Amino acid sequence: MANLTRCVVVGASLAGLRAVEALRRAGYDGAITMVGAEAHLPYDRPPLSKEILAGKWEPERAGLRESGSYAELDVDLRLGLEATALDPGARELQLDGGGRLPFDGLIIATGARPRMLPNTPDLAGIYTLRTLDDCRALRGEFEAGPRVVVVGAGFIGAEVAATARGRGLDVTLLEALPVPLARALGEEMGEACADLHREHGVDLRCGVSVAGFDGAGRVERVRLADGATVAADVVVVGIGVTPNTSWLESSGLPLRDGVVCDATCAVAPGIYAAGDVARWDNPLFGEEMRVEHWTNAVEQGAAAAENLLAGPEGARPFAPVPFFWSDQYDTKIQYVGSSRADDEVRVVHGSVRENRFVAIYGRNGRIMAALTFNWPRLLLDYRRLIGERASWDDALAHAAEVG
Amino acid sequence: MKVVVDYDKCDSNAVCVGIAPELFEVRDDNFLYILQENPPEELRAKLEQAVRMCPTHAISIEDD
Repeated sequence: MANLTRCVVVGASLAGLRAVEALRRAGYDGAITMVGAEAHLPYDRPPLSKEILAGKWEPERAGLRESGSYAELDVDLRLGLEATALDPGARELQLDGGGRLPFDGLIIATGARPRMLPNTPDLAGIYTLRTLDDCRALRGEFEAGPRVVVVGAGFIGAEVAATARGRGLDVTLLEALPVPLARALGEEMGEACADLHREHGVDLRCGVSVAGFDGAGRVERVRLADGATVAADVVVVGIGVTPNTSWLESSGLPLRDGVVCDATCAVAPGIYAAGDVARWDNPLFGEEMRVEHWTNAVEQGAAAAENLLAGPEGARPFAPVPFFWSDQYDTKIQYVGSSRADDEVRVVHGSVRENRFVAIYGRNGRIMAALTFNWPRLLLDYRRLIGERASWDDALAHAAEVG
Repeated sequence: MKVVVDYDKCDSNAVCVGIAPELFEVRDDNFLYILQENPPEELRAKLEQAVRMCPTHAISIEDD
């Protein structure tokens, strides 16, 4: 066991909070400080593109714990305060405003921020969606019944489009690739996602790129590279995220699209990372990954905390099967594993046409991932097979057996 | 100890089924079913993990 008395968690996020809870659960009774750039107590992001944006939930419902229950955790919350630098040798953080915070154990959970299109002009009505404040502002806009243009048909863009359609808004969804999500899910499955939008009245345009935005003070039109324009009262840009590592640039810690960890989520002695910001070696797949999913933030936050307390000799590799879900229109999309665009894809239950199916992904004779539309029961079978490093043939045999 | 699922929140992600198959099941109707409403104490750790891991915070434990 590491002998720690002053643990600091940077990031008042899902991963950060789960790390704090895991420290206490494991019996750590020293000091814990949690530093968060946002003024809010830790909250949940999945409802920001779904229930809260839809107007079904009040924003307060996103809170991850009751505000009164932080006392039980005995955590010193420093909210609305950014960490600006880290000195691993001196075991010290620098905070915005000049404060310093010493630590003997550190968990980095600073997450990621949305990418913006280059040269985006300063016009009202152009949004990204990452924070509760973004969500409140966008929800306010949606109440006026705007024409919505969503740039990027990844999962955030797709959910915003679905929620906007659910509110009866006109939605144009612009995607640079010929097929949405083709890199993550392959072309055939990306096409299944595209069909959902079209069936629900979204004007989905693929293979288009945005050249710019026009308007006087407020956005009025999106200009496309082919010269076409799309009228817009509100634009939501969902083109991916960049991990929040700029505050670590002077630290000497290894950074490469994330902070680079070993298989136990360790970055350096006594320094661990978790959540969207962490790039680690997942031994189950034998590859480096950085995972932006909810479940990963929960599991990795806890794993990083447990490993920090265990010390290098007792630390255990973090080897999860990644999982995410997305709710779009009336379709529940779930995915487990880690696939690539060129993996073999086979629909093994149901059919894309019925909007209820299970597809599995294989590479080098092994099942790597599974995607389901409206079939949560079967997802677990394939999750188990992926976790057991089952062969492609065994996965197909299982599918035949289940029928 | 009693297992409580808020079905207004439950989204059938089946994460709980993966953690505690003794307690939860998702059937072909896509709904979650509780297999043991009053599970024995030895399943508490698994149940607590399912509570933490539920993506929609739909599960809770009521102690007698």
